Amino acid sequence: MSEKFNEQAIIIRQEEIADDIYSMWLRTESIAKNARAGQFVSVYCSDGSRILPRPISICQIDRQDSAIRLVYRTVGKGTEEFAKLHTGDILNVTGPLGNGFPQKGGKAILIGGGVGIPPMLQLAKELKCEKQVVLGFRDEQFLVEEFQKEAVVCIATEDGSAGTEGNVLDAIRENGLTAEIIYACGPAPMLRAVKAYAAERHIECWISMEERMACGIGACLACVCKSKRKDEHTNVKNKRVCKEGPVFRAEEVEF
Amino acid sequence: MNMKVSIAGVELKNPIMTASGTFGSGQEYSEFVDLNRLGAVVTKGVANVPWEGNPTPRVAEVYGGMLNAIGLQNPGIDVFLQRDIPFLTHCDAKVVVNVCGRTLEDYLEVVERLSDQPVDLLEINISCPNVKEGGIAFGQNAASVEAITREVKAHAAQPVIMKLSPNVTDITEMARAAEAGGADALSLINTLTGMKIDVERRKFALANKTGGMSGPAIHPIAVRMVYQTAQAVKLPIIGMGGVMTAVDALELMLAGATAVAVGTANFANPRAVTDIIDGMQDYLEQHGIADICELIGAVRE
Repeated sequence: MSEKFNEQAIIIRQEEIADDIYSMWLRTESIAKNARAGQFVSVYCSDGSRILPRPISICQIDRQDSAIRLVYRTVGKGTEEFAKLHTGDILNVTGPLGNGFPQKGGKAILIGGGVGIPPMLQLAKELKCEKQVVLGFRDEQFLVEEFQKEAVVCIATEDGSAGTEGNVLDAIRENGLTAEIIYACGPAPMLRAVKAYAAERHIECWISMEERMACGIGACLACVCKSKRKDEHTNVKNKRVCKEGPVFRAEEVEF
Repeated sequence: MNMKVSIAGVELKNPIMTASGTFGSGQEYSEFVDLNRLGAVVTKGVANVPWEGNPTPRVAEVYGGMLNAIGLQNPGIDVFLQRDIPFLTHCDAKVVVNVCGRTLEDYLEVVERLSDQPVDLLEINISCPNVKEGGIAFGQNAASVEAITREVKAHAAQPVIMKLSPNVTDITEMARAAEAGGADALSLINTLTGMKIDVERRKFALANKTGGMSGPAIHPIAVRMVYQTAQAVKLPIIGMGGVMTAVDALELMLAGATAVAVGTANFANPRAVTDIIDGMQDYLEQHGIADICELIGAVRE
């Protein structure tokens, strides 16, 4: 478990990279030094009417420059507040949180769907093994060119505007991809399908889960997911997404 | 300058405690705050057996606050005694264990298991709005408040704090009932039952449909109820409800609270408890107040 820090981060730059999708680089001394691919940060609103931190996955880590990159979709007033911030503005952030992806050898497929795509970028950069990337979009694409610098990228779009028409599994089948290990982050229906796909083929599979959070550090038990076995900490069949997760071995969790 | 206060003969180094359920047993927050600085750590509710809690989503943000329906998930008293109590005894804050149950027997079993433990105070949760049996069912009827208080007192080795629900017509009636049952102190307020509906999806924001509302939006209700209760009973009061700042904590003390618990603020700021302690110290210095106890119930009529 990595050490956690609450820091006043400085926004280095922010831009809208697709409709309602923002990319923000933050200067954060300690968080950047300690973060791993697949971890997330809690970002706090400055408006006092919004009291809960927003959990946002870390898209990229620049340890030399002490910076992290967050790529997020504006889904409500909190993220809209973040989207209005400019270079030089301060953002209160806690992190790095959660466990991150285990990095193993073996031919890998990295699967990202929608706003589950960003954390796969740092993983793609760090994995030294043979890797393929599959990205699923509703329609508009983002981050694709950056992934293409790291691996061969297959695209799936729901509207068929690019790549395979359909979902990420359709893209895997159409491109005949094979793997010894799968890493995935995205909406629950996608993760459910990926889990079933990996189980059928006996492929090791790691998924990053999402749940409504409050504390973000494992104290409040808001963000649990059902687990197959009794969890050591909770002593029931529940795991804390923010602490034991967000990345789980697919067969460990039930959703 | 004195920051010490006393609850049922237990001296706290300052009036700030954590509100049950928001701070676990302190371990997670100890990465951000020095627990030794707290008056007391109040644990998340513990039952005689493990509880799985409610389905998710368990929390939703609302304007100036949040709703939660965790459903008192807890690992049960066995794991709590093995893991959480040893951790807490290593820190120099008083230990308050929050006790929950579905039946009177559940509560009494936990209370008895704690009797030989290094625990300073017991807080009995008869006001959780998120569990169907137990919890709130005990806390909304004066006769049952008095009865459960009397039973717990008969079995408890430590002083007993009864935690009251604001989801009643007259909280002073419940406070008097707890006093009549022999309670040593009162905690108030627990969360207010609320509901949120997502109009786009036409769905409840919480899987449990209803949840307990907390956060700064409920603070004025807490101030009012602490004031009314302080007028109605002689018991020391631990005030809580939407405390975000030192000013909020001081307000509850002026209304009649001897100590103050900080809950939802921990989510908004992991260092909230120590920031609030610092702010209270500054206030005493700035106003030349030698003893924080002077503030208890000291609002001018």
